[in-house]
Amino acid sequence: MKKIIIAIFVVIFLPIKSYSLIEVDITRGNLNPLPIAVSAMSIDENSRESFEKILKKKNIGSEISSVVENNLKTSGLFNPLNKDAFLQAPDIANVKPRFEDWNLIKAQALITGKVSFADDKLRVEFRLWDVLAGKEMMALAFTTVPNNWRRVGHIISDKVYERLTGEKGYFDTRIIYVAEDGPKTKRIKKLAIMDQDGANNKFLTLGNELVLTPRFNPTNQMVTYLSYFKNLPRVYLLDIETGMQEVVGDFPGMTFAPRFSPNGKKIIMSFAKDGRSDIYTMDLENRIVEKITNHPSIDTSPSYSPDGKYICFNSDRSGYQQIYTMKSDGSNIKRISFGKGIYGTPVWSPRGDLIAFTKLHKGKFYIGVMRTDGSGERLLTENFYQEAPSWSPNGRVLIFYRETKTDEKGDGFSAKLWSIDLTGYNERMVKTPADGSDPSWSSLLTN
Amino acid sequence: MNRSIITSSVLHIFIIIITAMSLPFLSKKPIDLPPIVSVELIQITEKTNIPFAPKAKKTIEKIKEKEKKLVSEQAPPKKVKKIKPDAVPMPDDKIKKVEKIKEDKQNPEKIDNEVKQVSEFEKKELFDPDNIAALIDKSKEESAKILKKNDSLTQDQVKNFDNTGLSLSEEDALKAQIFGCWSIPLGLPYNENLLVRIKLELKPDGSVIKSEILDHARMNRPGQGFYKVLAESALRAVKLCQPLRVPSTGYERWKELQLNFDAREMLEG
Repeated sequence: MKKIIIAIFVVIFLPIKSYSLIEVDITRGNLNPLPIAVSAMSIDENSRESFEKILKKKNIGSEISSVVENNLKTSGLFNPLNKDAFLQAPDIANVKPRFEDWNLIKAQALITGKVSFADDKLRVEFRLWDVLAGKEMMALAFTTVPNNWRRVGHIISDKVYERLTGEKGYFDTRIIYVAEDGPKTKRIKKLAIMDQDGANNKFLTLGNELVLTPRFNPTNQMVTYLSYFKNLPRVYLLDIETGMQEVVGDFPGMTFAPRFSPNGKKIIMSFAKDGRSDIYTMDLENRIVEKITNHPSIDTSPSYSPDGKYICFNSDRSGYQQIYTMKSDGSNIKRISFGKGIYGTPVWSPRGDLIAFTKLHKGKFYIGVMRTDGSGERLLTENFYQEAPSWSPNGRVLIFYRETKTDEKGDGFSAKLWSIDLTGYNERMVKTPADGSDPSWSSLLTN
Repeated sequence: MNRSIITSSVLHIFIIIITAMSLPFLSKKPIDLPPIVSVELIQITEKTNIPFAPKAKKTIEKIKEKEKKLVSEQAPPKKVKKIKPDAVPMPDDKIKKVEKIKEDKQNPEKIDNEVKQVSEFEKKELFDPDNIAALIDKSKEESAKILKKNDSLTQDQVKNFDNTGLSLSEEDALKAQIFGCWSIPLGLPYNENLLVRIKLELKPDGSVIKSEILDHARMNRPGQGFYKVLAESALRAVKLCQPLRVPSTGYERWKELQLNFDAREMLEG
């Protein structure tokens, strides 16, 4: 007992020199693109020859890594390093990278992989490495038909993007748009679909009728759009897989600006009659039509919030075209845009936090974003004519179209698709075979 | 007997009450103490070089001008001696006297070999581009003096220094270094708690022996996938930055360091 008491006293009164831990708060960092090395996918000789016969591509491993590299670069968040500086061969790097070598060229992350041909299928293994920590961050393998090789590249890009940024990617997606051709007064407009990077472009209509505002269903198989069939503007539904088309509802007037509800079960659109335009929804299962707004003004461009509880739209009920929000049943209408100019084409972000819009002020068009209560308006880009923003599925990038001014003779007109991220710095033209307008971004093809 | 005890005790109680009520300290009001103002003592090192605020600079200049004015006002008017015509000195003496007067007065023509620095603000005026080498030499001497001064800290002073945190300039140097190395993942949800605490064990040269994420368990919690991304980015920043810009002295003080990475401020914009 005595010993225990002595021991306690010794412990209590033992002069221990203690230091309190120094804390340093780091509240700032840089937003520079992350330096990443995308090593070419290694491929054995037999597989290379097999793929060359099937896909007419010399080295499918390099092609896939190029897709990944291009995706990461266009995101603006990554800086893929020049392959000429790589010190390690792809086949060895995939097994065990020498991190010192990759560190030397200032790479913070490394992507390696291996492509093989097995049972007439393409098998791709890829690994993501943390160069500074010297450890593997992710390893996945995909098997698919050889023709799907570009999609494998997009899926790898999405996985890498998600692992390094913390949010889902947007590379394995498609864009539907209106492909345009011919002089400005006699444009031929066709519905077209392509991968988000501009590859695999396909036309969905022949161009006999004028088509406008195509919008993807969140399930990706259906598209709704406006078509002037026999000079009567109507909202149509198109099944991309089967090519089947149908008119949405039997309205006695003009229907336009269609968009799907987040669950894909309803279509919300404008219906114009007698000089006024109201917002309607139609249930695709039972075809029941519901009137949402009832005002003598022009209410149009409706867009659902991702939870389906709210709708944003534009209306000229205050005298000028402004953005409003309301509950999905049409109650609680609130004006949210109060800046100078005219606001239009509001689109609710898939993240739910922002609304993108087009603004016309002093003869210039702007693409901007604001919070859902109208605060924090930010104009991302300014041009002679641009409109119709559409969100990437992760809510980080907007795609829209921009038209150029014609000269005195009426020549020089063009319409191109452009993308811009939320920072406003990463603005890029999206490659299309011909002119394009009214783009709509699909959700991710693989979840 | 009983009656007398009761009478006595009643009288005693009465006296006690009277005494208590008339005691001076009871009637005193409590002292109205001013609120406590906390003052943070900052360790100033040679790295700290905070320039005067423009307002303060102006105020100092104003005070200086006032002082100058006061001097000129109080100074008695100079008496000029009338030279009597009958006391005309010889030509040699006259020259000498004139020279003497010139020496007493401020003479713009006179070149002073010694550069005298009156105040910090006059530095620019006194800067001589032809004499840069001399300035460099001087700065060397000054830094040497400062180093000597640091060496001559008493044991007690060293003890106090060891137990405090990093000085403002030391902390700023470390922060600035890590700011440059930390690539913030842009996809983080900014309405979540985005604080990552990393404990570091450092070598005297600032290189990292061990780094440990303090809320490691949070990484594997459902719905906290973003935290893993954030924590990894913070670890990458530490590794990229090492050796860290730590003070050259007081290793015991900072051999263990906690860095709190908070991305919310940046992401909220």
